Amino acid sequence: MLYREAGQFKTSYSADQQIFPILQDRYGYWVILAIFGVLVPMLASEYWLKAILIPVLIFSLAAIGLNILTGYAGQLSLGSAAFMAVGAFGAYNFMLRIDGLPFLVALILGGLAAAAVGVLFGLPSLRIKGFYLAVATLAAQFFIVWVLVKFPWFSNNASSGVITAQDVVILGYHFDGPQAKYVLTLGVVAALALAAKNLVRTATGRAWMAVRDMDVAAEVIGIRPMRAKLVAFAVSSFYCGVAGALYAYTYLGTVEPEGFNLDLSFKILFMIIIGGVGSIMGSFLGAAFIVLLPILLDNVVPAIFGNALGAGFASNLQLIVFGGLIIFFLIVEPHGLARLWQIGKEKLRLWPFPH
Amino acid sequence: MSAAMAAENTVAEGRRIGDVILDLQGISLSFGGVKALTNISFNVREHEIRSIIGPNGAGKSSMLNVINGVYHPQEGQIHFRGSPRQKMDPHQAAAQGIARTFQNIALFKGMSVLDNIMTGRSLKMKCGLLRHALYWGPAQREEIAHRRKVEEIIDFLEIQSIRKTPVGRLPYGLQKRVELGRALAAEPSMLLLDEPMAGMNVEEKQDMCRFILDVNDQFGTTIVLIEHDMGVVMDISDRVVVLDYGKKIGDGTPDEVKNNPDVIAAYLGGGH
Ligand SMILES: Nc1ncnc2c1ncn2[C@@H]1O[C@H](COP(=O)(O)OP(=O)(O)O)[C@@H](O)[C@H]1O
Ligand SMILES: [Mg+2]
Repeated sequence: MLYREAGQFKTSYSADQQIFPILQDRYGYWVILAIFGVLVPMLASEYWLKAILIPVLIFSLAAIGLNILTGYAGQLSLGSAAFMAVGAFGAYNFMLRIDGLPFLVALILGGLAAAAVGVLFGLPSLRIKGFYLAVATLAAQFFIVWVLVKFPWFSNNASSGVITAQDVVILGYHFDGPQAKYVLTLGVVAALALAAKNLVRTATGRAWMAVRDMDVAAEVIGIRPMRAKLVAFAVSSFYCGVAGALYAYTYLGTVEPEGFNLDLSFKILFMIIIGGVGSIMGSFLGAAFIVLLPILLDNVVPAIFGNALGAGFASNLQLIVFGGLIIFFLIVEPHGLARLWQIGKEKLRLWPFPH
Repeated sequence: MSAAMAAENTVAEGRRIGDVILDLQGISLSFGGVKALTNISFNVREHEIRSIIGPNGAGKSSMLNVINGVYHPQEGQIHFRGSPRQKMDPHQAAAQGIARTFQNIALFKGMSVLDNIMTGRSLKMKCGLLRHALYWGPAQREEIAHRRKVEEIIDFLEIQSIRKTPVGRLPYGLQKRVELGRALAAEPSMLLLDEPMAGMNVEEKQDMCRFILDVNDQFGTTIVLIEHDMGVVMDISDRVVVLDYGKKIGDGTPDEVKNNPDVIAAYLGGGH
């Protein structure tokens, strides 16, 4: 089937306001969800599920969180991993301390805890911008990890703050195999991605983008920039928090505060730069890219060069490739892979005519 | 604009000049040592087109910024619709029905024309975060209802073909038009326009003039206009204020102002 709009006339604004106004995209979304929800868990190996698909989904969620804050609301943050930590340790403590708390409720509470902390560390954004704000979120990154290590209460008195996630049980069903964990992760991520897409196409998202693009003008037409920024911090941190809880419960099983370090925050930042700043789909593309690239290099480099280059070379090459790509995207295509995908689609829509 | 909307407004308001709705008394504003405005008093009547003219740096834009609460004057009183106004922020001014455009276009560059104009509806939209996230029931109905209103403005400004275009890609003249659309979307009772025709060619100016007159005529919107093109100003204004070096040097109908010796001196001999 050709990718065409022809013949799909919008006769109402509700039709034009749909998430995916083009029919093929609308089908595409359900087809992709069906493939990843049904086919993949049946066919994928345990390695793929555990080491690739689950982390890609979780990082996508964290990247959506950062994208809401940075891509849509224009507030740079280097604290994403710390907000993930709040979500993970929050969910853990809610499960630990409230008997019989359903897992999904704990997941949401973990996200809300992260949202509250996010708003707190978002307060400086009311006064400072850009580089200085980034430094303030950097403070959040170090402070939160320090608190989680320093006070053993958060990890139920475990040494160096390591926590082991409780079993995930929903309505009596135990999510213990990789397939079950993958499907659960996919469900949560797909639902939250849809919600994010809804947020950015309604008044909430317009307020974020207005504040990002020109805050004086935003205020003059009746948007409250301070409110919009704090809401962005809250929602962004909620997404990171839920991602952090999933990181503990469906990916690693055992986590420590130091695992949510600055490196991880940067990794999430790179995901949105490569995937596309200000794009929900770009968050998925960026996460997939950053998880897959090292695996690809690990397999391709020895195949081409043999072992002549030594073991250290592959990991150095990884850094070089990442660095190069980030510079490329920052300079040439700030809207990342998502924009390249969109350009491709536009070409396809007009194909075979060049304009 | 749609016949229904136009009819509703003309019947209700029409174009007759009413009472004073904005009264400025003894406004002085300075930035550090720079006096931008010195003891300026004038008023604006309902439904009129009130122009502010003067050489560059005379304080015209500062005057608009005082009116909609972006700047706070050190001295003077402002009465809006009869009640004295304390320090107010731009958001409150918007809530009272004052909308504006900027001398240097202040559109949201990364957003489409449609979304830019939709932001003008912000104060009228009531749904919260959770409903937006679910895009369910009231949130969906609200978006669509406001979209309908915005489409009327898009039709009125004849920009249907660019509604989905990111504003950053539009030529200057169209951007100015979109900015007018965003201000109109708020359905303001008072519209402040800061050099809406600057940098336009004759044809674009004519279009903009027509839009301003139509807005004033059909919706009874009071307009405060800053403009350099004397032909346009003298043509469409009901009354004109003339500023020079932050001081008021003339105030009256276009004919009165044209024949005011101080104004003539400032424009001919001022050397700006
Ligand atoms: N935010 C500001 N900070 C400092 N000085 C300002 C500011 N806004 C305006 N001014 C000064 O006030 C004076 C009047 O400026 P403005 O109102 O923009 O004049 P006009 O719009 O008539 O060209 C100028 O001298 C200008 O430099
Ligand atoms: Mg000016």
